[in-house]
Amino acid sequence: MKNTRYFLSALIVSSLLFIQPLRAQDFLKGSEVHGSMQVDAAYYLPDSKMGITDSTLDGKLIRMNGFTEVNYSLGNFTAGLRFEAYLPPMIGYDAQLNGVGVPYFYVNYKNDFIDVTAGNFYEQFGNGLMLRTYQEWTLGYDNSLRGIRVKLTPYKGITLKGVYGVQRYYWEPYKDYNRGIVKGFDADFYLNDMFNCMKDSKVKLTLGGTFVSNYQQGTTKDVVSNNKIYQLNMPVNVANYGGRFNLDIGGFNWFAEYARKINDPAALNQYIYKNGDGLFTSLSYSRKGIGVSVMSKWIDNMSYKSDRTISNNMLNINYLPSITKEHTYALASMYPYSTQPNGEAGISGTVTVHIPKNSKPGGKSGMTIAVNFSQVNGIDKKAINDTTPIGELGTLGYKTSFLSVGKEVYYQDANVEITKKFGKKWKGIFTYLYQTYNKDVIEGHANDYGTVYSQIGIVDLTWNITKKHSLRWEVQGLWTKQDKGNWAAALMEYTVSPNWFISVMDQWNYGNKDAGQQLHYYLVSAGYTRKTTRVALSWGRQREGIICVGGVCRYVPATNGVTLTLTSSF
Amino acid sequence: MRKSFLFFLLMLLTGSLVAQENVFKYKTLPDVSLRDLKGITCSSADIHNDGKPVIISFWATWCKPCVRELTAISDVYDDWVEETGVKLYAISVDDARSSSLVAPLINGKGWEFTVLLDPNSDFKRAMNVGPIPHTFLLNGKGEVVWQHTSFAEGDELNLIDLVRKLNRGEEIK
Repeated sequence: MKNTRYFLSALIVSSLLFIQPLRAQDFLKGSEVHGSMQVDAAYYLPDSKMGITDSTLDGKLIRMNGFTEVNYSLGNFTAGLRFEAYLPPMIGYDAQLNGVGVPYFYVNYKNDFIDVTAGNFYEQFGNGLMLRTYQEWTLGYDNSLRGIRVKLTPYKGITLKGVYGVQRYYWEPYKDYNRGIVKGFDADFYLNDMFNCMKDSKVKLTLGGTFVSNYQQGTTKDVVSNNKIYQLNMPVNVANYGGRFNLDIGGFNWFAEYARKINDPAALNQYIYKNGDGLFTSLSYSRKGIGVSVMSKWIDNMSYKSDRTISNNMLNINYLPSITKEHTYALASMYPYSTQPNGEAGISGTVTVHIPKNSKPGGKSGMTIAVNFSQVNGIDKKAINDTTPIGELGTLGYKTSFLSVGKEVYYQDANVEITKKFGKKWKGIFTYLYQTYNKDVIEGHANDYGTVYSQIGIVDLTWNITKKHSLRWEVQGLWTKQDKGNWAAALMEYTVSPNWFISVMDQWNYGNKDAGQQLHYYLVSAGYTRKTTRVALSWGRQREGIICVGGVCRYVPATNGVTLTLTSSF
Repeated sequence: MRKSFLFFLLMLLTGSLVAQENVFKYKTLPDVSLRDLKGITCSSADIHNDGKPVIISFWATWCKPCVRELTAISDVYDDWVEETGVKLYAISVDDARSSSLVAPLINGKGWEFTVLLDPNSDFKRAMNVGPIPHTFLLNGKGEVVWQHTSFAEGDELNLIDLVRKLNRGEEIK
């Protein structure tokens, strides 16, 4: 692997540096250099009320995450790399990130027919049910593949992709098969482009198919359970394959993707040998003024990693996003859902309606109403025979029928959001949510907490004082009898376009049964933006919580301190 | 050792390029696959407006400031188009979780922008975009002349002023 890195860097450098003196003029004429960077740094303070002491901080009061990415392009050729530093990683990020280095580099050549990447790459087949590599800086998540990717366009409307590589795992280099080798093939057919007779058709149809395989060395594995050691046979190649279509007629759009994974005993499914199945569908209809969308997802034993022994959320080959609505208001995102890869059945529906200007309910400037409902249950699992408990290690685990829905509710969210303008200077967003959160299942506790039922109300008002100055308020309430009880939150934010903002926020857990934990989480932030550079400084408490982006969630412990964020791009 | 070697060369390289400021300008847009709302693939290099200015805005359905920015522009978009001929491309970076919500949302809100999907952030990465919203302004030749990250109420007025400047043939700093 080191050789590969050396070779690649030599390739990048030689192509950039040594050509340069020879034909400096031509070289610079057509070339472009772009990049981006971010630094997040914090100075953490002990806070006895929040249980934060020097020892829980491990004496490391100052922490920093940062990266710089530079991309170079010349004609059909592109190369780039990203330098990352975690010294040490900020609180809430995995300690294994500690370090500095260049985890991402690539060279790419592209023309109308072929697109080749050597090095690291991010790729998604279909909706990602079988393969998706991506990076999410705010989560400390990166599962990029390092290897070779080839994309071909042999005929109009046909795209073929092949990938071959190993995934990033923090800073651990790949060697001696210490994790799986991922191979994947994907084909997309845009029928309207392929056949002239369909060119002007109102019906747009695309079809796609995927095959992915992970090779992991080792035909047997010793697994310890109930103080006994079991030697299990392991499949060295685990395949995941499926197909998809997208049909668009007039205002309707229908997408579906199905995947089947063959037996993949792994730490995350307690080493059962059952095959996995997954189905994702979305159906939407929209025309001017109204939009309706219904999504459904059914997955059974679909976790797919390039190392079967890990149970954290790294090394995912596929992507299993939650289909529930992603909330960003502080209290609305207190209880977020995260996908249960071992089995869930979910549905989510959204209706967005715009009531036009000068109508009776819309008033002078109109109004938008969005209603969303989602529910996720477990799937119906039955024992394989009378003597084997469900999920028993080394067996087929359980039986289930395709698209079965279990009785246990994992999550439910019903919410309404109304956006309205009041005259030229005022606008408001009013939100009400009712959430049901099965804390034991979602956070993986053993019947400790039960289910949290919460009602949340949010008022978000913006006052455009002048053309450049505006003031925004948020008032939020969360009411629940379970978990930590009731919360109230308020925010005031003053912005001066295009450069400045300052905000003050407080989240108050006034309903906590433990009077000593009825804390205020105050946070004062200020920032300055100039073109693509943004500097923000904040001071105060962050409550513990779960941050989710897409299919991955990260637990963030409570902190108190000063945080600096600097982002820029060129 | 090898890492530091690589890094040293990188610094040398960027150092030698910094002298030539124009290498930092996007003279053409990168060629990356995007999808339109009907599921048809198109290329980011095809973004154009017949020689008139183009605004590219990276956003997502879950990003509140993005939706605020596009709502603010939507309120005055008809007037903008009539006055300046500008065209806005809204690039949604919603992934599989929410990409099917994009069409219902833009129609539900009555937005009239051209919306393209970038579900694995390939175009976002190619344009070196970090946090969203992030807005680019392109002149009639398709060169990026200005870009900005984040949104504050009133930013849209600054943006249209820059479009007017472009139409008058003034240089944007």
